[in-house]
Amino acid sequence: MSVSAIYFLDMKGKVLISRNYRGDIDMSLIDKLLPLMMDNEEEGKQSPIITHGNVSFMFIKHSNLYLVATTKKNANVAMVFTILHKIVQVFNEYFRELEEESIRDNFVIIYELLDELVDFGYPQTTDSKILQEYITQEGQKLEVAPKPPPAITNAVSWRSEGVRYRKNEVFLDVIESVNLLVNTNGNVLRSEIVGAIKMRVFLSGMPELRLGLNDKILFENTGTGGGKSKSVELEDVKFHQCVRLSRFENDRTISFIPPDGEFELMSYRLNTHVKPLIWIESVIEKHSHSRVEYMIKAKSQFKRRSTANNVEIIISVPSDVDSPKFKTTVGYAKYVPQEDKVIWNIKSFPGGKEYLMRAHFNLPSVEAEEQEGKPPIAVKFEIPYFTTSGIQVRYLKIIEKSGYQALPWVRYITQNGDYQIRVM
Amino acid sequence: MSDSKYFTTTKKGEIYELKADLNSDKKEKKKEAVKKVIASMTIGKDVSSLFPDVVNCMQTDNLELKKLVYLYLMNYAKSQPDMAIMAVNTFVKDCDDTNPLIRALAVRTMGCIRVDKITEYLCEPLRKCLKDEDPYVQKTAAVCVAKLYDINPQLVEDQGFIDQLKDLLTASNPMVVANAVAALSEISEASPSGSALFDLNSQTINKLLTALNECTEWGQIFILDSLANFTPKDEKEAQSICERVTPRLAHANAAVVLSAVKVLMKFMEMMDPSGDYIDTLVKKLSPPLVTLLSAEPEVQYVALRNINLIVQKRADILKHEMKVFFVKYNDPIYVKLEKLDIMIRLASQGNIAQVLAELKEYATEVDVDFVRKSVRAIGRCAIKVEQSAERCVSTLLDLIQTKVNYVVQEAIVVIKDIFRKYPNKYESIIATLCENLDTLDEPEARASMIWIIGEYAERIDNADELLESFVEGFQDENSQVQLQLLTAVVKLFLKRPQNTQELVQSVLTLSTQNSDNPDLRDRGYIYWRLLSTDPAAAKNVVLAEKPLISEETDLIEPTLLDELICYIGSLASVYHKPPSAFVEGRAGARRALPTRSSGSGSASPEPAAAQQVQEVLTVIPTTPASQNDLLGDLVNLDLGPSNQQFMSPAPPAPAQDSSSFDLLGGGLDSLLDAQPQPIQQSTPSMGLGGPIPQAAAPPGGVPPGNLGVLGDLFGVGSASEEYVAPKEVWLEAPKCKGLELKGTFSKRMNNYYMDMTFTNKAMQQMSGFAIQLNKNSFGLVPAQALNISSPLNANQHIDVSLQLVINAQHMQRMDPLMNLQVAIKNNIDVFYFSALVPMYLFFTADGNMDKKYFLNSWKDIPSQNESAFVINNVTLNSDEIQEKLNKSKVFTVAKRRVEGQDMLYQSMKLVNNVEILAELKVQPDNPTLNLAIKSKVVDVAPAVFHSFNMILHG
Repeated sequence: MSVSAIYFLDMKGKVLISRNYRGDIDMSLIDKLLPLMMDNEEEGKQSPIITHGNVSFMFIKHSNLYLVATTKKNANVAMVFTILHKIVQVFNEYFRELEEESIRDNFVIIYELLDELVDFGYPQTTDSKILQEYITQEGQKLEVAPKPPPAITNAVSWRSEGVRYRKNEVFLDVIESVNLLVNTNGNVLRSEIVGAIKMRVFLSGMPELRLGLNDKILFENTGTGGGKSKSVELEDVKFHQCVRLSRFENDRTISFIPPDGEFELMSYRLNTHVKPLIWIESVIEKHSHSRVEYMIKAKSQFKRRSTANNVEIIISVPSDVDSPKFKTTVGYAKYVPQEDKVIWNIKSFPGGKEYLMRAHFNLPSVEAEEQEGKPPIAVKFEIPYFTTSGIQVRYLKIIEKSGYQALPWVRYITQNGDYQIRVM
Repeated sequence: MSDSKYFTTTKKGEIYELKADLNSDKKEKKKEAVKKVIASMTIGKDVSSLFPDVVNCMQTDNLELKKLVYLYLMNYAKSQPDMAIMAVNTFVKDCDDTNPLIRALAVRTMGCIRVDKITEYLCEPLRKCLKDEDPYVQKTAAVCVAKLYDINPQLVEDQGFIDQLKDLLTASNPMVVANAVAALSEISEASPSGSALFDLNSQTINKLLTALNECTEWGQIFILDSLANFTPKDEKEAQSICERVTPRLAHANAAVVLSAVKVLMKFMEMMDPSGDYIDTLVKKLSPPLVTLLSAEPEVQYVALRNINLIVQKRADILKHEMKVFFVKYNDPIYVKLEKLDIMIRLASQGNIAQVLAELKEYATEVDVDFVRKSVRAIGRCAIKVEQSAERCVSTLLDLIQTKVNYVVQEAIVVIKDIFRKYPNKYESIIATLCENLDTLDEPEARASMIWIIGEYAERIDNADELLESFVEGFQDENSQVQLQLLTAVVKLFLKRPQNTQELVQSVLTLSTQNSDNPDLRDRGYIYWRLLSTDPAAAKNVVLAEKPLISEETDLIEPTLLDELICYIGSLASVYHKPPSAFVEGRAGARRALPTRSSGSGSASPEPAAAQQVQEVLTVIPTTPASQNDLLGDLVNLDLGPSNQQFMSPAPPAPAQDSSSFDLLGGGLDSLLDAQPQPIQQSTPSMGLGGPIPQAAAPPGGVPPGNLGVLGDLFGVGSASEEYVAPKEVWLEAPKCKGLELKGTFSKRMNNYYMDMTFTNKAMQQMSGFAIQLNKNSFGLVPAQALNISSPLNANQHIDVSLQLVINAQHMQRMDPLMNLQVAIKNNIDVFYFSALVPMYLFFTADGNMDKKYFLNSWKDIPSQNESAFVINNVTLNSDEIQEKLNKSKVFTVAKRRVEGQDMLYQSMKLVNNVEILAELKVQPDNPTLNLAIKSKVVDVAPAVFHSFNMILHG
């Protein structure tokens, strides 16, 4: 049912550090993994799960590392992958960046953390804020040995008591990412908004928070809101573990005791049929053995008073092009040969505008034999003070027994998610 | 300050130096040394020789140092078991430390030291820690019990730790509860006695559900996974658990979501499928499953493999979500391939246009595996959604035009399937396919193309040339291609015999004499013999109409699917294999979905079936009243080697002497009718006497009991004139997991038979057939076990005649009288049905009364015993009626003509000596007959009427 051992490998498959939790699998078996991965790749059978005999390897890749879990049982593989990703997250929070170097630099604490994160293959405490209270890099300097923070086993396992701030503040960021997939005919195949509400909480004590959104179902349930303010139908909402799910299920109230500091309170998803915010049309003329020409038209289809910042339109080009020439009506375009891309930067792109970029490349007279794919055009952008869904924070109530006043700050941003426009 | 410096000591004599440092008085030096030891251990150096020195450092106030020493112990204790004992004292002491962190650390580490001797010392501290006041220690101790069980299960049971764990389920701290659940689940899975150790009752379930709301995300997974093993007692309980589990679908942790999905999918089985609650759940399940596709790619992969199962079980959950499975350019290949699979599963008439446009797009990508699968997917769409077939075919043709080698090959493979599915529809494209013959280098594509040529030989002008070119390289071909080539050439020969004999001979010789492959040889011999003895039969066999291929390919077999649903989120669900296939040892009992209890549902759609089961159970006193026992009973049926009732398909022994066989001899006349002169010029060496192996001859002796059947089969017998009703459908394939059963009852040579045709309309093999009859009015029991010795392959059927005998022990009056309840078992399930046995089977030959006796009997039987019936739509005249009935032992005692009507007075006698008298009124030109029946046993009347009806309409 659970993990037998966890390994950190470098890209060559060498073990950097490992922790054997159950002792039921020969630890040297890990040497088989990289060759097996290569074999699979050759046979076109890549998979994040590889079997060897009766051992299953489950692995993820992070920067220049592989994190591998092994098991001999019918493990809950969804849990295994989530704990591996969680470990990455915790280590990132501990060492800023988890990579080969940081493992060597912190092996003592990594052993300590691995001991605390997982026991006998069962994930235990994975909240880095709480872990930092008793597993510290400066452990040896402490005069008094640390004790387990009560939070570990409390119902509120994510917040310790006794947090104090002089100024009590909460920052709420509503960030919506737009996923878009457009096919070569210019039809929108998929348009979806993935929203997240991120919080930075600087509050004393054990505050009780209640967040009010213009949630359509809530409005319908309570009869409030009515026709006056617009409401939003959230399709699938996911909450941080601090939110009382059964309460939400009952009356759509989002109530919680927040962890201290930064965290993602909730995420939601909705399918929309709104116009794509930035629309791209492209004409690509390829004259084999001589040149290729691109004509890219970008159109902003949001309200005039909003502006998209730092817009990047990324166009893939064949790997053998040379002599780039660009012409743009606004912004600047550059060729990034190491990625075989052209990036067209537009610092500020107001709503209701249309810009044009032309690119011209030479092609070698001898063509490469290998066929290249046609990566879609990708767009990056950020539109502040704007949400596509129209979601609004109506209130954030903060109640703490000491009765302090706290100020919530709210910010809205819409940005690109997986934004792809296929090309002919 | 970085730890990397500890790795940099490469001097010689390092171990010696470390030893000195470890024994130093200076705390700081000691700790530095231990760190260096651990660093060496990390990079794989053997530092076990320092064991005693490191253990000496164990007694320290420094927590960091202590942790490092413990880590060292875990690594090397197993290689130094004797020295490990040295550490025991410190462990025991640490378990009593005032700092809970140290207590927990000690008990956690002790459990990881897999040395038998240590475990004895572990028991006392563990017992104490399980009752520790600090929940942090308690939750660590709970896991430690599972560790100890892994090393020494007996010890855990003897020491009562399992009861202590069970007590922890009611602890107030949610984290303790969660770990106790995890430990108990693990123990019960590992224990040989199975779940007896960990019985979830409704009360514990309630506690777990409460803890579910409060514990960490991981704890929630442990709890949900163990909930999934629980079977609620009724629909109501299932529903109330579901209500408390559904909020988990909104959890940010994908594993929590999947475990919740598992519980819901499993418990849904217990609910009224037409009820509102199922609808609500189905609606709630869809969005979280879609959201899982925005998770990390590995999690997406797990989710997709599970969604594949979920849509097979409940297609309606994601039927509107096709678009989310469209492939993104930057998806990892394993995600892309899984998405393709699901796209096909969800393809329907409504969305096929979109799907097809996508697939066409994918087919022009560069990743070969992905392109291949996309092309294949187009073919599967054509087969699945009939309306799209034409568009799919034209898309495939477009792709063939690209001339990309692997695209063409895949396209040909799927087009073969399309031909199979829609015969005589798209053959116009054959010419295009033939153009690409030269580019095919993969066996599967070659075999497919050859199949197409053979199948449509009559339409392809140069089919012979094409096949000839393949035959030239026959010996270098893959066996799959060879087999196809053999069949294709034989087909060609049967269709165009004029100038293809040479070709067929060379292929037959190549397959039988120059091949090491037994399959190929056998097939070659069979064709050879067929062609030489009876070309007409060969035609019937080789060119027989093929069953249509089924719509959905690679569906998971239903029982496996049900089992996998119980393992959602686990490796089994990703492998699509039961855990027993990849986990060593006892992988736990096979899990099955709970079923809806028959009593609870008012609107249950299958009450009839359930009731039948009940009936079967209540009337078989020897079997205890539970369905499982009935299964057991069926399984224990004697499946002995009696094959008397097996209708052997073996043809009659050849009439000719084998030496006179000549491949192209006389038998071919019928094929070569058009030829003025039959070709007789074959070489003498072609006589089949030589190459035919003896085994190919039909079995010599026919068992005596078989004579009747075989005689009947071949029309030899004379006693078979008795009316036999046509077979009716007893089991319908869609309701019986693909098994179709047709059957009838007959009597031959005074033996009773159940003549049945088993047809396998499922995708997989069926085997292990058995039959059982419930007690019935005439005490019919099978004379022997049902004999279907070989497994029944998909789309095959088999005729079986089961002899029945009357056994007084097995008599019980049924209502209706002739009702016979039957249970049929195969490897998939048990099916129940009931059929009416026609009463005429039991009419005896001595039922003919003399007139006087008839008259007296008629008078003797009181008039209230007389029943009147009307038989409609009989177009026979009275003589024909008389004759027909007579064959079935309904004897006409007298015939009288009254006012233009014929009155037939008839008598019958049943095997149990019950006499039946009848008066049948026949009016010329009136298809309606009036029947009056009199018997001392009044109950037989309806059955007699039924018999008349059947005989006269047969």
